[in-house]
Amino acid sequence: MATNVKNDPNRRDFLYVTTAAVGAVGAAAAVWPLIDQMNPDATVKALASIEADISSIEVGQSVTFKWRGQPIFVRHRTPKEIADAIAVPLEDMIDPATDAERVVAGKEQWLVMVGICTHLGCVPQGQKPNEPKGEFNGWFCPCHGSHYDSAGRIRKGPAPKNLVLPPYEFLSDTLVKIG
Amino acid sequence: MSSHSNYNPTNPVEKWFDERLPLIRFSKEHLMDFPTPKNINYWWTFGAVLAIMLVMQIVTGIILAMHYVPNIEMAFDSVEHIRRNVNYGRIIQGTHAVGASMFFFAVYIHMFRGLYYGSYKAPREILWILGVIIFLLMMATSFMGYVLPWGQMSFWGATVITNVFSAIPLVGNTILEFLVGGFVVDNPTLNRFFSLHYLLPFIIAAVVALHIWALHVPGNGNPTGVEVKSSADTVPFHPYYTMKDLFVIVVFFIPFAWFVFFAPDILGHADNYIRANPFITPAKIVPEWYLLPFYAMLRAVDFDLLFINAKLGGVIVMFGSILILMVLPWLDRSKTRSGNFRPMFRPFFWLFVLNFMMLMYLGAQAAEGIYVILSKVGTAYYFGYFLIILPILARIETPKPLPNSISESILDKYEAKALKQEKMRGEGNSEIQGKGGK
Repeated sequence: MATNVKNDPNRRDFLYVTTAAVGAVGAAAAVWPLIDQMNPDATVKALASIEADISSIEVGQSVTFKWRGQPIFVRHRTPKEIADAIAVPLEDMIDPATDAERVVAGKEQWLVMVGICTHLGCVPQGQKPNEPKGEFNGWFCPCHGSHYDSAGRIRKGPAPKNLVLPPYEFLSDTLVKIG
Repeated sequence: MSSHSNYNPTNPVEKWFDERLPLIRFSKEHLMDFPTPKNINYWWTFGAVLAIMLVMQIVTGIILAMHYVPNIEMAFDSVEHIRRNVNYGRIIQGTHAVGASMFFFAVYIHMFRGLYYGSYKAPREILWILGVIIFLLMMATSFMGYVLPWGQMSFWGATVITNVFSAIPLVGNTILEFLVGGFVVDNPTLNRFFSLHYLLPFIIAAVVALHIWALHVPGNGNPTGVEVKSSADTVPFHPYYTMKDLFVIVVFFIPFAWFVFFAPDILGHADNYIRANPFITPAKIVPEWYLLPFYAMLRAVDFDLLFINAKLGGVIVMFGSILILMVLPWLDRSKTRSGNFRPMFRPFFWLFVLNFMMLMYLGAQAAEGIYVILSKVGTAYYFGYFLIILPILARIETPKPLPNSISESILDKYEAKALKQEKMRGEGNSEIQGKGGK
């Protein structure tokens, strides 16, 4: 009898704690769907890849494609733009990257990037001939004044990163699969 | 403070009801008989203005939701439909849109009142913090409401502000996708913003109830900062302050009505009458005027500090500028509440007000040249005021002597006035009398 009095509370404690723990896990499991519904849904994810025909883009011209609701900048770079991009020393950059890291080897004339400023998400200008290209002959974001160079690297302004490269591959010389 | 009711139901039905649910007693204690300092001035009336504004926004908002469609294909047109076709829709939509501006105008006056008269000091810290929470909720609500018409400024404002969260290290982009429900601001974003824009005002109303509860524990402050000492210091809330508040509400509604009837769009941006286009960013993105000071501080940080990059730094400064208000009661340790008795505090306070207005102006300018430098100076003073000036003033300032009580301060004022008049008349008669009225 005396031992029972001693042991019973311990057993109850254990039961209380396990009950509470199971209850907490159950509650968390029940709440998770209520939270996860906010994340991108199946239709948003389904738009995960596009095939872009780049055959009609002339040298020096830029075209914007749409991928996952985002603008994709494709620029057919001139030899001068490529040479300029290669010539920049890495220590002059905010987010150092060589030109070779920004393009596919053998296709250096094609620059494929997500056209969203890495600062606060505006679409930089510089795709159309009449738009400002910034101080580094690439793109200029009018929202808070970020300048990108001809390899889409951030050179001046508040943006912390270079323009993002989407996952892409060349299916042929004229067809790019983005996503 | 439940002893100030003189509610004595005589009617047996009322008595029966009172014993079961003392609703009438509660209303009489808190809405009518509540003892209120007899010296509070017009700066104290903006709480009532804000209460009315919240009700107006909720009523007009519920009506607008009957006609509005939260879908990216139809949202823009449905707002135009409300303004052009719905009976009185032009007025109701205008009242709601202009109402947001008037709401913020009133809340800024209310907050600066609190800053000047030390309303945040013990024992009103919780009351003040609840107010800051209401202010944050108001900003979230107004931001989401501004997205609903789905114009260019709606879309790009939503993009820029949600991207603020992407500055958070490691999980930033995951949070961003979670918030907007996609890779960019799109239909899921509009839908959830509509849902939350409908919800938040009721949360605000709940926090307002707590705010008033916290107010009714110590009772109102007053311009002297001396606490109420006896019933001679107070008058009942009704009719003295119900009437005074009502008068101010009427006056407040005059410019409000002018905006609604004659210039409902003057406080907005022309760009928001262009349908949202995810591929073209307007040349100049500017938030609504009431968010400009905080936007200016966000942009003022364009330099890296140690391991914090400029983007994250700007976001920390912007949120910090509001969160710092939460700890204000512990930064300003001066025992004297009211700025009226703090000669050194006053110039710094008015400079703070001017600085706030300067930041408001700078937030609307392009981020270049002199504007960037001024934004940095303004941001530095904003934080310096709370973190350096107020703590130091609390140590070195010698406040002016406080009156012994509220009623004495009023008598002193009349006495001084009477003495002055006597001197001017050159009479030897030392009769002291209060002038009628206030």
